[in-house]
Amino acid sequence: MALLEIRDLHASVDGNEILKGIALTINRGEVHAIMGPNGSGKSTLAKVLAGHPSYEVTGGEVIYEGKNLLELSPDERAREGVFLAFQYPVEVPGVSNAQFLRLAYNERQKHRGEEELDPLEFKDYLKERAKVVQMDSSFMSRSVNEGFSGGEKKRNEILQMAVLEPTLAVLDETDSGLDIDALRIVAEGVNQLRTEDNAIILVTHYQRLLNYIVPDFVHVLANGRIVREGGKELALELEEKGYDWIKNVGKAGASLAPQAG
Amino acid sequence: MVAEATKEKSIYAEMLAALQGRLAGREASWTKRLREDAIERFEQLGFPTTFDEEWKYTNLAALAKQQFAPGFDSKHVELDRSALQPFAYKEAKGSQLVFVNGVYSPELSSVEALPQGVIAENLADALSGERAEVVREKLARYADYQENALVALNTAFVSEGAFLLIPRGVRVETPIHLLFLSAPQSSPTVSFPRVLIVAEARGEAILIESYASTEEGAYWTNAVVEVSLEDGARLEHYKVQRESTEAFHTATTQVELGASSSFDTTTITLGAELSRHNINVRMNARGAECRVDGLYMISTGQHTDTHSLIDHAEAYCSSRQLYKGILDGKSRAVFNGKVFVREGAMQTDAQQTNRNLLLSNEARVDTKPQLEIFADDVKCAHGATVGQLEEEELFYLISRGLRPDLAQNLLTYGFAEEVINKIRVESIKAELDEAVLNRLHAKL
Ligand SMILES: Nc1ncnc2c1ncn2[C@@H]1O[C@H](COP(=O)(O)OP(=O)(O)O)[C@@H](O)[C@H]1O
Ligand SMILES: [Mg+2]
Repeated sequence: MALLEIRDLHASVDGNEILKGIALTINRGEVHAIMGPNGSGKSTLAKVLAGHPSYEVTGGEVIYEGKNLLELSPDERAREGVFLAFQYPVEVPGVSNAQFLRLAYNERQKHRGEEELDPLEFKDYLKERAKVVQMDSSFMSRSVNEGFSGGEKKRNEILQMAVLEPTLAVLDETDSGLDIDALRIVAEGVNQLRTEDNAIILVTHYQRLLNYIVPDFVHVLANGRIVREGGKELALELEEKGYDWIKNVGKAGASLAPQAG
Repeated sequence: MVAEATKEKSIYAEMLAALQGRLAGREASWTKRLREDAIERFEQLGFPTTFDEEWKYTNLAALAKQQFAPGFDSKHVELDRSALQPFAYKEAKGSQLVFVNGVYSPELSSVEALPQGVIAENLADALSGERAEVVREKLARYADYQENALVALNTAFVSEGAFLLIPRGVRVETPIHLLFLSAPQSSPTVSFPRVLIVAEARGEAILIESYASTEEGAYWTNAVVEVSLEDGARLEHYKVQRESTEAFHTATTQVELGASSSFDTTTITLGAELSRHNINVRMNARGAECRVDGLYMISTGQHTDTHSLIDHAEAYCSSRQLYKGILDGKSRAVFNGKVFVREGAMQTDAQQTNRNLLLSNEARVDTKPQLEIFADDVKCAHGATVGQLEEEELFYLISRGLRPDLAQNLLTYGFAEEVINKIRVESIKAELDEAVLNRLHAKL
């Protein structure tokens, strides 16, 4: 059974349809890249999977581990192992990273019927996990993302992934805003977190990240539809040709859409 | 027909006669005159009403109507040191003055941890003791009873309270705690705590002023605190107001800052059915600085009002003010913050912020930051916000598996932490962390 199966997914925001029929099948152990020009709907797809309340699903199905994902509340999804690394992580003043992560971790543990950690135990665990993204422990006592640089915020997202060990991780442009060293650290971190049991969706605009995290499949999104699919070589092709050739594909009236008549 | 001149005397004139009876013979003539002057002024002014611009949103009608008995007459309350535990701070074990229903309790107080030369004593003793002259020079000098009826009333009853003297150049590391504890009686009582703090040149101290009650009940605390910091003196001040939610709490904190002195205050408001705090800082000489912060956190049935005045009367002074409010249920808060920059107060650096978080649709905040600048070459900023929790912040926490109510509580806690975090006395911080979390019914 596939880990995630998206069937003809339609979603809109404020009455505007953004996703216009997405189909995607993801198995455990796979890494899928979703690429596409700005505004094509990549973040929308990521947020719909996470259950963001601003996005309304108007059609289709999402089956995760055999369950109807769309029926689960966002927090239930997270406890069931769905994780979204945000393109723009928000700052949470007054709440320390360690405090927040411990709460999230313990919610997850409780859900799995596993042991919760007290602050001291968690501190050790967090220190261990922080190595995955080479994050200094000084970040743990600071407020979540507050005053973090763009790159530090992205690393903090991957730290959260390392702590929560999701089954399905959606990383939305985790590479953007990272310099080459930070990109390497983040990519190595993600690679360490890859297992046979989990799956990763890498949403990215550039091919750059895919040199470090090699995807099994590449899907190209344009205007709310998947317009091309292939193996990792598709990313290279996109790198060469850019997105211009794709801009009109998938728009109403273009080849993939039924002609209005 | 409306009677005009025959305004009835309030119950307070009679109450004052009772106090004077108790003090008979032990009272200096200047305090007697001060009292009489003040009660006369109170009778003229009467309780403020909502027609008064400064009291537009805070209605004292219920308080004015109430027949309070004097706290100094209430029957002796048996309290031992262990009963004091929940209200005391371990940092101030040997430096606390305790007042029960407004009356100094020598048995519960202790100042053994204070260094030589530092005075911390009942104001009533200071008034008649060897320091009477120092007190006379300062008392009622700063808190103006001509214009403020509540200050006038407190001044009329000036007696019990604290006198604190930090001598020149002395740095007191141990926090000094003034605990005003109310033990509600069968009929409501009123107490008039009066505090005078004088820090001589370069003197430094940490002061905790707290209000609490042994149990829920109706009473009124009407306090006045005067602070005089001489050149280069520093005071770190905490006011923790955790009165019974059936109580009235009205207070004025009046601060006078000398050259290059520093006043850092944090007011925490959790209690009282109705509370009003006037906090006025006059920066009267060059180079003074103040930080005037506060957090109010109230719920159904509670009303709190903060009026602050930061008066940049001289050049080269800086002020920072951050007041945050969390309102739940059917509650109401008022924040009125004036910053005056007077003529000639160049190079003034003033910042004022009031931020409010509404956790319910029935909560209401009236906030009015006011900046009045009569000088050139100044740096001033102010702002106020009233809002709900941020949707995106909530979603961020929820997307990590936190249940929505926990996510809300965590964000609310985070909102409060900005103020709580700056508190340097550990056990106040711990107490407030717990109080905030209790209010939120959360365990983090
Ligand atoms: N919350 C929102 N409100 C209004 N429009 C939105 C919102 N989120 C996305 N959109 C619109 O949906 C389209 C797709 O956006 P997005 O999913 O962010 O694209 P991508 O991540 O591929 O750059 C864009 O036209 C964007 O303006
Ligand atoms: Mg995006």
